[in-house]
Amino acid sequence: MKYLHAVVILIALVAPTALWAVEPSEMLSNPVLEARARALSKELRCMVCQNESIDESAAPLAHDIRVLVRRRLVAGDSDQQVINFLVARYGEFILLKPPLSWNTVALWGMPPAVLLIGIVMIVVVLRRRGTQLAAEQATNLSASEEARLAQLLHGGDSR
Amino acid sequence: MIPELGHYALMLAFGLALIQGTMPIVGTRTKDPVLMSVAAPVALAQFAFVAIAFLALAECYVASDFSVLNVFENSNSQMPLIYRLTSVWGNHEGSMMLWISILAFFGALVAAFGNNLPVVLKANALAVQGWIAAAFELFILMTSNPFLRIPDAPFEGRDLNPILQDPGLAFHPPMLYLGYVGFSIAFSFAIAALLEGRIDAAWARWVRPWVLVAWMCLTLGIAGGSYWSYYELGWGGFWFWDPVENASLMPWLAGTALLHSAVVMEKRAALKVWTILLAILTFSLSLMGTFLVRSGVLTSVHAFAVDPRRGIFILAILVLFIGGALSLYAWRAPLLKQGGLFAPISREGALVFNNLFLTSACATVLVGTLYPLALQALTGEKISVGPPFFDSTFGPLFVPLMLVMPFGPLMGWKRGDLLGAAQRLFAAAMLSAVAIAATFALVRGGPVLAPFGVGVAVFVMMGAATDIAERTMILRLPFRAAARRAIGLPRSAWGTAFAHFGIGVTLLGIIGVTAWGSERIAAIKPGQSLTISHYRVTFDGTFNRAGPNYQDIVGHFTVRRPNGQFVGVLEPSHRTFPARDMAVTEAALMSRGVSQIYVSLGDPNPDGSVAVRLYYKPHVLMIWLGAVFMFFGGGLSLSDRRLRIGAPRPAKTRAALQAAE
Repeated sequence: MKYLHAVVILIALVAPTALWAVEPSEMLSNPVLEARARALSKELRCMVCQNESIDESAAPLAHDIRVLVRRRLVAGDSDQQVINFLVARYGEFILLKPPLSWNTVALWGMPPAVLLIGIVMIVVVLRRRGTQLAAEQATNLSASEEARLAQLLHGGDSR
Repeated sequence: MIPELGHYALMLAFGLALIQGTMPIVGTRTKDPVLMSVAAPVALAQFAFVAIAFLALAECYVASDFSVLNVFENSNSQMPLIYRLTSVWGNHEGSMMLWISILAFFGALVAAFGNNLPVVLKANALAVQGWIAAAFELFILMTSNPFLRIPDAPFEGRDLNPILQDPGLAFHPPMLYLGYVGFSIAFSFAIAALLEGRIDAAWARWVRPWVLVAWMCLTLGIAGGSYWSYYELGWGGFWFWDPVENASLMPWLAGTALLHSAVVMEKRAALKVWTILLAILTFSLSLMGTFLVRSGVLTSVHAFAVDPRRGIFILAILVLFIGGALSLYAWRAPLLKQGGLFAPISREGALVFNNLFLTSACATVLVGTLYPLALQALTGEKISVGPPFFDSTFGPLFVPLMLVMPFGPLMGWKRGDLLGAAQRLFAAAMLSAVAIAATFALVRGGPVLAPFGVGVAVFVMMGAATDIAERTMILRLPFRAAARRAIGLPRSAWGTAFAHFGIGVTLLGIIGVTAWGSERIAAIKPGQSLTISHYRVTFDGTFNRAGPNYQDIVGHFTVRRPNGQFVGVLEPSHRTFPARDMAVTEAALMSRGVSQIYVSLGDPNPDGSVAVRLYYKPHVLMIWLGAVFMFFGGGLSLSDRRLRIGAPRPAKTRAALQAAE
């Protein structure tokens, strides 16, 4: 109950809720396997917590999954096999880094898409503004002013 | 009596906010100077009444008036005064009170010190402030009234959530809110400019100090929250990509972009339309952050069902303001006149680059935060988007930003000299290469990319130093002449350099602690030692200690060098709060330069051993030190002469209106 309190309480601020995460009793004596278990734990969500990995969470469920991960590793599973096993059991919700699929195309595609759209927009605006201004000024400026403008725009020292 | 007074003051403030939101607008439409001049005094009065309401609530907490439901639920007479005060905003209702208090405070500042503003702009901006205030005051009055009474007053309160009983609560939320709400000023000015249909470079000069203040507070607020979670959590994580954190990071990213685009607008009268949009977006993200945190929609979708009125009310505010603002933008922005022209390789170009990557990063965080909600609402599928996603998308967007940052200040306006800037950055680049090589040679372990990260951080820091060195000509002139030049530099130039330097410092801290931090987790008995980095930490035993409203089981640890030389003592504890039957771990930290030794205590085992988590956190303090640099840089910019003396009035001042004020 104590843990549940700590987990469920909603706090408005950036406030942590964990009491204790990985416990000494869970840890494997083989340092290589333990390191793999820790690395895997950081990629797996504690499903009853608010956005915590099982590596960080103190919830009983997180403890159970940590033990489960270690049991599979000791049994000789590869990292991918452990992940497949957990996804089959708990669904993709357990993965903190969602795999690319039809459901997540928009998610993974968004950062490069936004960047690309931004670049295209900047280029288009700069070009249009450039020609617009040139056209405007061509009608408004005297010959000497135009020469000065050309000098400023193309290589003159404007600083 | 006091709570009723506060409640009444809040209602009056709501009424005043309605007047503030309507009269000046009518005035600007009908060109009636009297109606326009209503804005400032009403804004001041509104602030006065909000302040009365806030102080009334604070008094209820200080006096431990448990007949007030809000106080009963979140306070306890045993708590020290500082926590009784801070618990005013350690709950939903109180934090909304803090929100509107700061909003009204900023409005009052504009009203009191905005004498050099054009009358129409000031009236419109204050009116928009009035709308925001009215909306949130109504929200508090309708759904989150902190002044409700309980018929039979209980003898004792339920205590504040133990995690919040920390000095961090005194600092973090007010700073964060000063940041969030500070951006409302930029928003109000943007809407005012759209309503008026005209905008010029002077607009940026009026708005920039407000954006700077908000940005500074938000920077420090986020950093403070990060440090708080670092020492409170028990394992020393400093950033989790938690939705609540993301909610504060997004306005920061947009606000940083706004800060930079406003410079372009002020100096070169370019990017006007974009700056207006950024001002709207930044505050919209602040509003959205408030919504995400306050509605509880992120913790669980069911939080809506628990109290659907709150969530729906804030959602309505959100839709109204963001939707309204963007519609107004779509309608009026094409009317605004475009300004200065510039070559892609120029200071403006560098700042556009900054804006491009900052907004992309912001969009990434936004999508990552909201995607699971949207997907679940649309398809019912549940996915998680956690730190690994953000690390692999946000990081790549930030690297180019870091690499280009030192070039920006070295470029000329309008048309820059890329080759010249590169030549001047040669020394910085060389130092960065040396740092990379040295890291490879001297530090073992850690990811392969980490030394390159160190290189980027050093490049950023040295780039900022190069900017100052170039401007003062310290390497070419005799020292005295250079010192004179240094004093003569605009403070904003120093501000830029400090803030950019701070980014490098923070980056170095993040890389240091994530790449080379080490940990030991073990169950040890008194007398046993753990070795971490170049320290040996011995567990001496535990003892009990009583606090005002809690019980501590304290572990005593001695830190020594491997040769036995005494370094210091660490006393982490396991803290139990009887009032809520909750326990928290209080980690103990020891700073060694900018690195820290960190130890936290778990539950004791039956065999007498205690679970211990011991960490060595190299360079960790630099993360927050960098934020202090940024804050300081912002402060220097704020004190720059051109902001202090205010903007010159535009050529065509409306003489009649000015006189009427």
